[in-house]
Amino acid sequence: MASGGEVKLFGMWASPAVRRVEWALKIKGIEYEYIEEDLSNKSTSLLEYNPINKQVPVLLHKGKPIVESLVMIEYIDEVWNHNPILPEDPYERTKARFWATYSEGKCRDAVGKVYFTEGEEKENAIKYLEDIVRVLDEELKGKRFFGGENIGFSDLVLGWMAFWLPVAEEVASFEVLDSEKFPWFASWTDNFLQVPVIKENLPPRDKTVEFFQNYRQQRLAA
Amino acid sequence: MTQGGEDVKLLGAWASPFVIRIRIALNLKGVDYEFLEEVFGVKSELLLESNPVYKKIPVLIHDGKPVCESMIIVQYIDEVWATKGPAILSADPYDRALHRFWAYYVDDKWFPSVSAISRAQTEEAKAEAVEQVFAGLKLLEEAFQKCGKGKGFFGGDTIGYVDIALGCFLAWLKATEKMTGIKFFDEAKTPLLAQWVERFCADVAVRGVMPETDKMVEFAKMLQTKFKAAASAK
Repeated sequence: MASGGEVKLFGMWASPAVRRVEWALKIKGIEYEYIEEDLSNKSTSLLEYNPINKQVPVLLHKGKPIVESLVMIEYIDEVWNHNPILPEDPYERTKARFWATYSEGKCRDAVGKVYFTEGEEKENAIKYLEDIVRVLDEELKGKRFFGGENIGFSDLVLGWMAFWLPVAEEVASFEVLDSEKFPWFASWTDNFLQVPVIKENLPPRDKTVEFFQNYRQQRLAA
Repeated sequence: MTQGGEDVKLLGAWASPFVIRIRIALNLKGVDYEFLEEVFGVKSELLLESNPVYKKIPVLIHDGKPVCESMIIVQYIDEVWATKGPAILSADPYDRALHRFWAYYVDDKWFPSVSAISRAQTEEAKAEAVEQVFAGLKLLEEAFQKCGKGKGFFGGDTIGYVDIALGCFLAWLKATEKMTGIKFFDEAKTPLLAQWVERFCADVAVRGVMPETDKMVEFAKMLQTKFKAAASAK
C-alpha cells in the first residue's frame, strides 16, 4: 500500500531522533530505504538536503527533503492516513504536541546535563531530571500511554526515554527511573518497550552503551 | 466541523511576542476573545492553574480548556476555526512541513541569536552575535522565496504560520534597532524581508496588536534597569 523507493531516511543507528521516525514509518507500514550516515564524515547528500542543521534524521519523499523529526512524523501522519498517530480532535492534538515539545525542550537537555557534568553540578542535574520525570509521571496517572490505550505522537516523541534513559543511567552511573517514586512513568517505559513495532526496532543495548560511553568520555575530556 | 464556542480567553501581556502571535491568529480568524492581561512580574492564580508545567503566557482558554505553547495554540486556532478567515497552514502536507520547519528555525536558532546580542559582554562578542543574526536573515530571505512563492507573505497571499512565528518579534526588533543603531531589515541585504516587514506591520490583523516602537523602547529600558539592579544586588 505504502510504496517504497520514493521514501528514504538518512540516519545514524544510535540516534533517538532517527529511531522515532522509523517507528512512525513502521506503524504506517511504509517501505523506505535507510541510509546510515557517518556523522564524522557526512555525505554530500545529507549536506545538500539539510544544509542548515547538517544533522540526521532527514526524510526524503519523492526527492523532497523534510527536516526535524517532529515535523517528519506529522508529515508522515498527514500523507498516510491509516493507523493514525495524532488524534483527530483539535484539543487532544494540542496535548499530543505539548508533550512532544516537552520532550525536546526539557527532557533532552535534562538528560544531557546529567551525562556531561560531574560532582555537585551532576547532583543538581539529577534532581532537575527527577523533577522533569515527576511531571511525566503525573501526566501518565491512570493512563497506559500518553496517547491513551494505544501509543500516539507523544509516546513516539518521548519514547527515547524508555530505552536511552536506562542507557544514560548505566553510562553516567545514576538512577532516576525509580518505580516507587515514579510508578506510572516506570510502567509506561515497560509497556512502551513491549509494543511490537518498538520492540522490533531498537538498537542493540550493548553497542548503544558503548557508543554513549565513548561520546561521554570525549565530551568530558574536551 | 466543530464550531468554536463563544468563550475564548487569552492570558497574556501586551509586550510579549509570543502573546502577539495568538492575537494575530485570532484576528485572522475574526474570533472575539477576552484579553486577560497579566501584571508584569506577578503570575495570576489562573495562569498557574492553566499552565502548571511552564507557568508562562500565552495561554488560550477555550470553553474552559487551556491550551499552552504559542505555536501549538496557533495550530489549534487554525484547526478549530478552519472555516473562518484564511488558512494559517496550507492544506498541502509538504508545505506544512516546510513552514513548520521554518517556525522551529525562528524559535530554536534565529531568535536566540538575536537575544545573544543583548547578552554579549564584549564588543567582540557583540559583533559575532550580530553576524550570526545577519547570517540567519539571509536564510530567512531564501525561505521567504521558497515559502511565499513570489507572493507577499511566507504564507502566500495572506499571513501564515511562518509570518506569525517571525513577525511577532518585529516590535522588539524595531526597538532594538533604535537602541543599538543596527538595521536588521536592510533593503540592500534582504530586500524581500524588508518589504515584508512593512507589509506585515500594516496588515489589519497585526496593526492593533503590534506595540509602538517607542513604547517597546521604554519597556526594554525598564527591563535593562531591573536586570542591572538584580545583578548588582547579588
